[in-house]
Amino acid sequence: MADLSTSFLGIASPNPFWLASAPPTDKEYNVQRAFEAGWGGVVWKTLGEDPPVVNVNGPRYGAIHGPDRRLIGLNNIELITDRALHTNLEEIARVKRNWPDRAMIVSLMVPCEEAPWQKILGLVEQTGADGVELNFGCPHGMSERGMGSAVGQVPDYIEMVARWCKQHSKLPVIVKLTPNITDIRYPARAAKAGGADAVSLINTVSSIMSIDLDNFAPTPTIDGKGSHGGMCGPAVKPMALNMVAEIARDPATAGMPISGIGGITTWRDAAEFIALGCGTVQVCTAAMTYGFKVVQEMVSGLSEWMDEKGYAGIEDFRGRAVPNVTDWQYLNLNYVTKARIAQDKCISCGRCHIACEDTSHQAITREVDGVRRFEVIDAECVGCNLCVNVCPIEDCITMERIAGVDPRTGKPIPDIYGNWTAHPNNLMATEKRPHVPGPVTMPDAAE
Amino acid sequence: MTDPLPRRADIAPGRLPAETLAENFSDLHPALDAHDVRVEADRCYFCYDPPCMQACPTSIDIPQFIREIQTGNAIGAGKTILSANILGGMCARVCPTETLCEEVCVRETAEGKPVQIGLLQRHATDQVMATGVHPFRRAAPTGRRIAVVGAGPAGLSCAHRLAMLGHEVTIFDAQDKPGGLNEFGIAAYKATDDFARREVEFLLAIGGIVVETGKVLGRDIYLAGLCQNFDAVFLGLGLAGVNALNVEGEMASGSHDAVAWIAGLRQTDDLARLPIGRRVVVIGGGMTAIDAGVQAKALGAEEVTIAYRRGREAMNASPYEQEIAATRGVHLRFNLQPQRLLAEDGAIVGLELERTASVDGRLTSTGESVTIAADQVFKAIGQSFIPAGLGGGDAEIALEGGRIQVDAERRTSHPGVWAGGDCVAGGEDLTVVAVEDGKVAAMSIHAALTALDKVAAE
Repeated sequence: MADLSTSFLGIASPNPFWLASAPPTDKEYNVQRAFEAGWGGVVWKTLGEDPPVVNVNGPRYGAIHGPDRRLIGLNNIELITDRALHTNLEEIARVKRNWPDRAMIVSLMVPCEEAPWQKILGLVEQTGADGVELNFGCPHGMSERGMGSAVGQVPDYIEMVARWCKQHSKLPVIVKLTPNITDIRYPARAAKAGGADAVSLINTVSSIMSIDLDNFAPTPTIDGKGSHGGMCGPAVKPMALNMVAEIARDPATAGMPISGIGGITTWRDAAEFIALGCGTVQVCTAAMTYGFKVVQEMVSGLSEWMDEKGYAGIEDFRGRAVPNVTDWQYLNLNYVTKARIAQDKCISCGRCHIACEDTSHQAITREVDGVRRFEVIDAECVGCNLCVNVCPIEDCITMERIAGVDPRTGKPIPDIYGNWTAHPNNLMATEKRPHVPGPVTMPDAAE
Repeated sequence: MTDPLPRRADIAPGRLPAETLAENFSDLHPALDAHDVRVEADRCYFCYDPPCMQACPTSIDIPQFIREIQTGNAIGAGKTILSANILGGMCARVCPTETLCEEVCVRETAEGKPVQIGLLQRHATDQVMATGVHPFRRAAPTGRRIAVVGAGPAGLSCAHRLAMLGHEVTIFDAQDKPGGLNEFGIAAYKATDDFARREVEFLLAIGGIVVETGKVLGRDIYLAGLCQNFDAVFLGLGLAGVNALNVEGEMASGSHDAVAWIAGLRQTDDLARLPIGRRVVVIGGGMTAIDAGVQAKALGAEEVTIAYRRGREAMNASPYEQEIAATRGVHLRFNLQPQRLLAEDGAIVGLELERTASVDGRLTSTGESVTIAADQVFKAIGQSFIPAGLGGGDAEIALEGGRIQVDAERRTSHPGVWAGGDCVAGGEDLTVVAVEDGKVAAMSIHAALTALDKVAAE
């Protein structure tokens, strides 16, 4: 039986599944239920200065749905906690006392001045919480007041506040990053420069979910107007994975502990973030969609998969995908693939054909000998994978590596690795032989 | 195998309480609700060169209309359907989709569960009809007049297309109201809520179509006269003849032609007042036999037997229709050929049938006879085209296999006369095929008249 326990910045939790700082962690009642359901830790909903903020009294959430109203993306315009600071602090202390084996991180957001940060850090320390997360990510409402993503978008501010926090508190400091920035490596480097112990990402993506075509206003609509919100949920996962990978393989931040966030819905999503180096993962939308019980599937699925793969603990596979994330220029151009259609699985919908015919390389037949049949024409197939992606049947179309002569080019395929850096068409090539990217090692998360 | 015969025929109305009758005659396939429509529409793969569209006799662009439904554009979806098949609402209800579009749906290939195209089509066409606005506009008037004989699916389809193209159309029909088999022939539970009448009303809203009912070809109107007074003629005459059993006792009371009986049922305004036998036997193996049997059962007949002279595999009714009959309590019996109807005091009390066998594909007698007690017998052994009305004057129309011969454009052998629907040779006796015939003929008529206009202009 795999051991799912983690030690992130020295903070122990029985499993890597934490609830992200969000509505589900706003109150003792909710967090109590989360821990009963089996969550390994929580990041308490962001605390701010008194008097507390106020929220809109109209709709706070918007969504995009897939078939059968499966929730793909959830957008919110809720602010940080709207409850009094002391109420939250008392509840945090009580919950931590009742659940000593669970991770209790407190999210914070106060104005960009040293005194407020110093003051609130002292109060949090008294609760017995395990660490703090600096909310530099929230893209709506608070950012208009110079907080949240307004800080996260200025690396100098991140570094400055992180430094204050490390100076004024013994607690581990996690900086939560906003994805609403061009290059995620800069804020991550700033967090590290300021002495932060870890980063967590991604916070929500600035978004307008839809426009109501009857009253021409964004949704959710409040008295005829709408405001952009922050989107999370399954739709943001690919962006989150990329940003996590960017930080994990950036030499300036490689090895910095990461708590992964962004659309994690199943154990598989979680395992992917961990494979990219994350020491823990944070979940919100899945819980808000299905309730806290979803953690039980995550625990069971991750555990079964680790057993199957022979991983005794999280560290056994953490970061193992990082060395395989590389730059385009290092991809092997001598890796030649062709699509293969399993005719026994094909249901003849023809989507592969029309996608290839209309939008790609005219490499799939529509009939053979006068009969409706979809076959790959190797002499035209560039191996792009579009047909695989549009086929409605799993494993019906696969990509197969070929050797020998590529029927498309008529040229022999070199059986050695070869990339753009040494390609004859690359006028900027400086090397005669391709550069092979070296492995990146992942230091222990607890360091 | 001999049932004791009843002393006298038991044929009575009101066998079932009103609620049960209403339930029995309610929609065979109720409309999908809004959620089910979304879920079902999402199942469509939007195939390339879609097999469903190829299987549809009217070539409705099925993936296109389903995609329109998916995006909340049911009205657009309805227009896509109706532009190919103006009777798309009725076809959604009566088409044997299990042997047409849904049979070849790739979901059927993949999982044995096709997209429910018929029900999605019904949803979209219902939405269009619910707006109360006719979705098509007529082209500029051409000044041409066309006579359409027969207000069934073929004639209505032809008339609508012609009107849309700017022609003036007069439809003549022998019945007292238009609709043809949609109004008089389709089983009641397939076209509930007076749908046939409402659809005709919807169709005629295009304008430019005059309907003259009670006009019988060869009695009130003549082909020669129509050819003289109109620029073109379309014949959608249907099959007016019913085949006779030619056995003893056929004229006894309680012996009915199933087509006429169904027509009477379709026109009744109170099913509770319609008499039905306690024991009913339907003779035949086609759709009419199934429709008569199922509706007899629905009216409250205790025992309903469909007796077919050949084996199950030879039945014209699809396996799906057979299943409907079986699940509604109709007993299907095979290899039974009627020998004579048994009557007492002029009323049916049963029938005697002979067991048949198929030997080398030929039907042979076995000599063994079977008697089934019955209060009513419905004959559903096929319909035929009656060409008598075509005569008169010099209008000669070539027939083929007893029906009107037409070419690919539905032109008959007589210049200026087109034909379509069940009365033409080579058809499949399906509503949807009749609609296509009418549409194709209309396009051909339009092309011919346009060519004439060009000649005149030169």
